[in-house]
Amino acid sequence: MEAQLEQKIAVVESPRKRRMKEMSSRFFQNKLAVVGGIFTLLLILMAVFAPVVAPYNPSEQDYAKFLQSPNGENLLGTDELGRDIFSRIIYGARVSIQAGIISVGIALLIGIPIGLFSGYYRGVLDEFVVMRFTDALLSFPPLVLALSLAAVLGAGLQNAMIAIGIIFTPNFIRLVRGEVLSQREREYVTAAKASGISDFKIIFRHILPNCLPPILVQATLSIAAAIISEASLSYLGLGTQPPTPSWGAMLSMGQGYLGDAPWISLFPGLFIFMTVLSINLFGDGLRDALDPKLK
Amino acid sequence: MVKFLIRRLGLMVVILFLVSIIVFSLVHLTPGDPARMILGQEATEESLQALREQMGLNDPLYVQYFSWVTNVLQGDLGNSLKDNTPVLTVLLQKLPVTIQLSIMSFFIAMVIAIPAGIVSATRKGTFWDYFGTTFALSGVSVPPFFLGILLIFIFSISFGWLAPSGYVEPWKDFKKSMLLMILPALAVGVRLSAEITRMLRSSMLEVLEADYIRTAYAKGVLERGVVIGHALKNALIPVVTVSGLQLATFLGGAVITETIFAIPGIGRLVIDAILTRDFPVVQGAVLFMAIAVVVVNFFIDVLYSILDPRIKLTGGQ
Repeated sequence: MEAQLEQKIAVVESPRKRRMKEMSSRFFQNKLAVVGGIFTLLLILMAVFAPVVAPYNPSEQDYAKFLQSPNGENLLGTDELGRDIFSRIIYGARVSIQAGIISVGIALLIGIPIGLFSGYYRGVLDEFVVMRFTDALLSFPPLVLALSLAAVLGAGLQNAMIAIGIIFTPNFIRLVRGEVLSQREREYVTAAKASGISDFKIIFRHILPNCLPPILVQATLSIAAAIISEASLSYLGLGTQPPTPSWGAMLSMGQGYLGDAPWISLFPGLFIFMTVLSINLFGDGLRDALDPKLK
Repeated sequence: MVKFLIRRLGLMVVILFLVSIIVFSLVHLTPGDPARMILGQEATEESLQALREQMGLNDPLYVQYFSWVTNVLQGDLGNSLKDNTPVLTVLLQKLPVTIQLSIMSFFIAMVIAIPAGIVSATRKGTFWDYFGTTFALSGVSVPPFFLGILLIFIFSISFGWLAPSGYVEPWKDFKKSMLLMILPALAVGVRLSAEITRMLRSSMLEVLEADYIRTAYAKGVLERGVVIGHALKNALIPVVTVSGLQLATFLGGAVITETIFAIPGIGRLVIDAILTRDFPVVQGAVLFMAIAVVVVNFFIDVLYSILDPRIKLTGGQ
């Protein structure tokens, strides 16, 4: 009986495939979003294949070549220790992308279940504990909270990712809860309840898939924000530790040479900006494709 | 209205209580010994024990929390580990600097965002709309520290027009103070303006679809009159509300900007305290910022309920 009903629900939801087609055609019409997506993809490939793409070892010091401006040999110049900036940027992409994905993954892992149960069961726990706790967490300047957490946990990429994950969690709890509140009133949920399907199954098998589009958009945009947060922590010395190349730390190191060798700071900064912009363009395009009303 | 106010006030008290628990937990619930965390790994057992005694770390956790909260409510945020100055005194010394940065940044943000948002919405799909939205998206995507460094590189190093860092109180030398604060205010303001432009554009687009706007056009009101006199007023209401929520992000941006431009405000204080492990100052400053955000949002909600009476009917939800 349960299986039959689920099959029926699946048949009812079959227009989803048609909607997917419409969404993808809307997405591909948005040129800026496509450009953002392509750049992001290239960046991910660059990060994955860093040992192949990078012309030099990012930690290799060459004092004969220190503070060289961009030239044929070192495309983006060298830093104060003679290290190749381009190679360091390529390896830095690994840190940034990893930090973006893992910290948002942490936020999703905590935020989705809490949001789902809170929105589905509501009640005192939802109203007075979960919602007020997210209100309280959102009252802190995110960067300051991340910095304080990173300081308490200890400097390093892993702790920075945990700190960033924690500060992004309330956003996902609120988003998922809001979506569940609107989904739980729909007929398919009433039908599933009437047929005796367990709450757990209703939440994870039926409600969650319907909440995925806004979660996907928020997750994409949060990756961009997480990359800025990690770079900010590394800039202030609480994120990735040397000698691992990270964009934020490169910018910070180069700040002292801004007059003599601006490329040390400006190129990593430009890469952070381009990466975040591309992900934001992609995320915005995704949102417009999924919900054209919001455009 | 009274019912709404009482409900909203109660909500604020609950949030402040949770904020205090989070700030307290920052130091007390994290793994490891807070005394060792404060004094560092090289600390001797005697100094650790003395600090534990001084901070009441040997008491049960709830006793520690209540004694901390009682002190905070009496205005005692503890003393800085660096020079034993009361944290509240340090915060109040730094506050005017951050307020000056905030006012100037907010002014810059509004000067950019209001025209950009209006033009983007009223000229939807044109070059100006693309220009406005691209600017807004770029502004949101640029890391605050990179924007700061870029401004120093352009205006201080390349053109030599403005000093790259420093601070002078406005009552000592007003002109110099303003000149020193332009670049930091731009760094924070441009980013804020990008957020506000995005919000204003979408809010304006929604308002422009309303019946009363069509009526105004039908009555023969000029476009400028419709947009500025009718649409902007209503489009700004949600923007103001969301701007309250942006205050937290704004303070975060100020933290990093104050560090880059060596401005002795609360942001710089937090960073210095974090880097020197001066946890009473970190706790005090973080609590101070969070309270500022909660209180500002309370007033914005009340203002919103006055501007839009529908909100009271739903109890402010």
